[in-house]
Amino acid sequence: LLDLDTQALSLHTTWNSFLLSLTDWATLRIERGVNKDLDSASEFEMSDIFYFARRGVESIMDDEVTKRFSAEELESWNLLTRSNNNFTYISLRLTVLWGLGLLIRYGFLLPLRVTLAFTGVGLLVFLTSVIGLLPNGRMKNFLSEKVHLMCYRICVRALTAIITYHDSENKPKNGGICVANHTSPIDVIILASDGCYAMVGQIHGGLMGVIQRSMVKACPHVWFERSEVKDRHLVAKRLSDHVQDKSKLPILIFPEGTCINNTSVMMFKKGSFEIGATVYPVAIKYDPRFGDAFWNSSKFGMVSYLLRMMSSWAIVCSVWYLPPMSREEGEDAVQFANRVKAAIARQGGLVDLLWDGGLKREKVKDTFKEEQQKLYSKMLVGTQEDRSRS
Amino acid sequence: MGSRASTLLREEEIEEIKKETGFSHSQITRLYSRFTSLDKGENGTLSREDFQRIPELAINPLGDRIINAFFPEGEDQVNFRGFMRTLAHFRPIEDNEKNKNPTASEPLNSRSNKLLFAFRLYDLDRDDKISRDELLQVLRMMVGVNISDEQLGSIADRTIQEADTNGDSCISFQEFIKASLVEANINNTSFNHLTKKIKILMGAFFINATEANLLNKLA
Repeated sequence: LLDLDTQALSLHTTWNSFLLSLTDWATLRIERGVNKDLDSASEFEMSDIFYFARRGVESIMDDEVTKRFSAEELESWNLLTRSNNNFTYISLRLTVLWGLGLLIRYGFLLPLRVTLAFTGVGLLVFLTSVIGLLPNGRMKNFLSEKVHLMCYRICVRALTAIITYHDSENKPKNGGICVANHTSPIDVIILASDGCYAMVGQIHGGLMGVIQRSMVKACPHVWFERSEVKDRHLVAKRLSDHVQDKSKLPILIFPEGTCINNTSVMMFKKGSFEIGATVYPVAIKYDPRFGDAFWNSSKFGMVSYLLRMMSSWAIVCSVWYLPPMSREEGEDAVQFANRVKAAIARQGGLVDLLWDGGLKREKVKDTFKEEQQKLYSKMLVGTQEDRSRS
Repeated sequence: MGSRASTLLREEEIEEIKKETGFSHSQITRLYSRFTSLDKGENGTLSREDFQRIPELAINPLGDRIINAFFPEGEDQVNFRGFMRTLAHFRPIEDNEKNKNPTASEPLNSRSNKLLFAFRLYDLDRDDKISRDELLQVLRMMVGVNISDEQLGSIADRTIQEADTNGDSCISFQEFIKASLVEANINNTSFNHLTKKIKILMGAFFINATEANLLNKLA
């Protein structure tokens, strides 16, 4: 009986809670069988389906995963139409307030912010290209740092982002990797306005591409072509090359791989944790009352997302720099990733989930179902083996 | 704004659902927002794919059967009323309901309706009997590839043998009820131990800690 428990716990570590509840139930069933004084302690009973039926209907009523991919529900309304799913006419006073808010946000704040945004981005592109003309050396690095910081800070103003940085003594240093939870593309601006990072990402076309190409002139970032992204070895090699060069800036990576709605942290992809560099975890938590920062990429494109951001009240967030972590003896990349994830979740007050953020678009793997089936079978067959032994 | 208003739940509908299912007003609105968040096509109904998108349900060995229970015979879409009607089976039985009007029609979450729901998970062809094949199908879903056909067959045979009282090698609804309730009366000490985790009277159907939390969230 005890073997069943320990075996279950050492299976796929991502299934702890699910398998634990299944083993609890299984153990109780077996105990019940043992306590019976009947000769044929029935292993399978027709009522076994009740357990699975209940779990299934519970997940239909509410599950931990699907709600992470849409904006968090607020308890009280913050006068933004978008936050209120049941928008109906309630009272004249509320409507007047809302109308006033609308006027201020769209008539005054939005144009102001858009102007700032264009200024910030324009300056970034222009100045980094200019700096790119300089020869490599201390002067270039110094100027590049100043330019990047200045432009990012203008962008921060463009979003009216009110950021509180905690524990700045733990800020990432050269040769390290900075990992953070991902809620929206704004995360990059928020972190980069407080320190200089080397960005990692895929080269895009259009405006993004222009920005990326000019940024890399001033200081080395790690941009990949679309074709290179699939090649994991190439990616790992380029990242570790960058990290080993101590003169280069720390890399900024979002291991979740996709935007999550800032109520939880989902599975970290292990790629960045295999390189062997020091990891500097950062936790970012937005205050949803002023504006929802989550980018629901299936619902909104980038431009409409940015417009929504700039017409919210403000973006208020807290950034915590956590003490650096390294992989310990006997720990593999997955365990290390989970340890970092737990630290970030704890600091940011987020739910630590083991589910993969990729479930936003893809189906869950069948292996998880097969594990449950295996466990249930063990329960049925295991008792038969016990009986034949006795 | 206009399109959103038309998908809102009207008060009369909420009242009707309340009468039919027994859920409270706030539970119904909460489940309605859950329904709309699952409804990716935004057409007021859920398809089987919408359910499959829930990872915890997709990995449940009986996931397909449970999803099936929501859809009426031969249909591929379920609206909110149907959704609530099926969920109503899982509402816990409250004590004050027992004193209600005895001539009123049986509530959806009555003991026998709960058992009927479970019975129908087995009885796919709705002939009110669980045949050996139907039992084997469900067994196979729960154990996957880990048990051989012969072993599974003998488990099925033994189960039918124990439960079948009228000798037709099938399990009727009455025989099913008896088989599910039998283990509850066997041993009182293990019984008390079990009720802490899984309130047995109908296997694991009644509320446990997780369900209690869930329904508290809905309230």
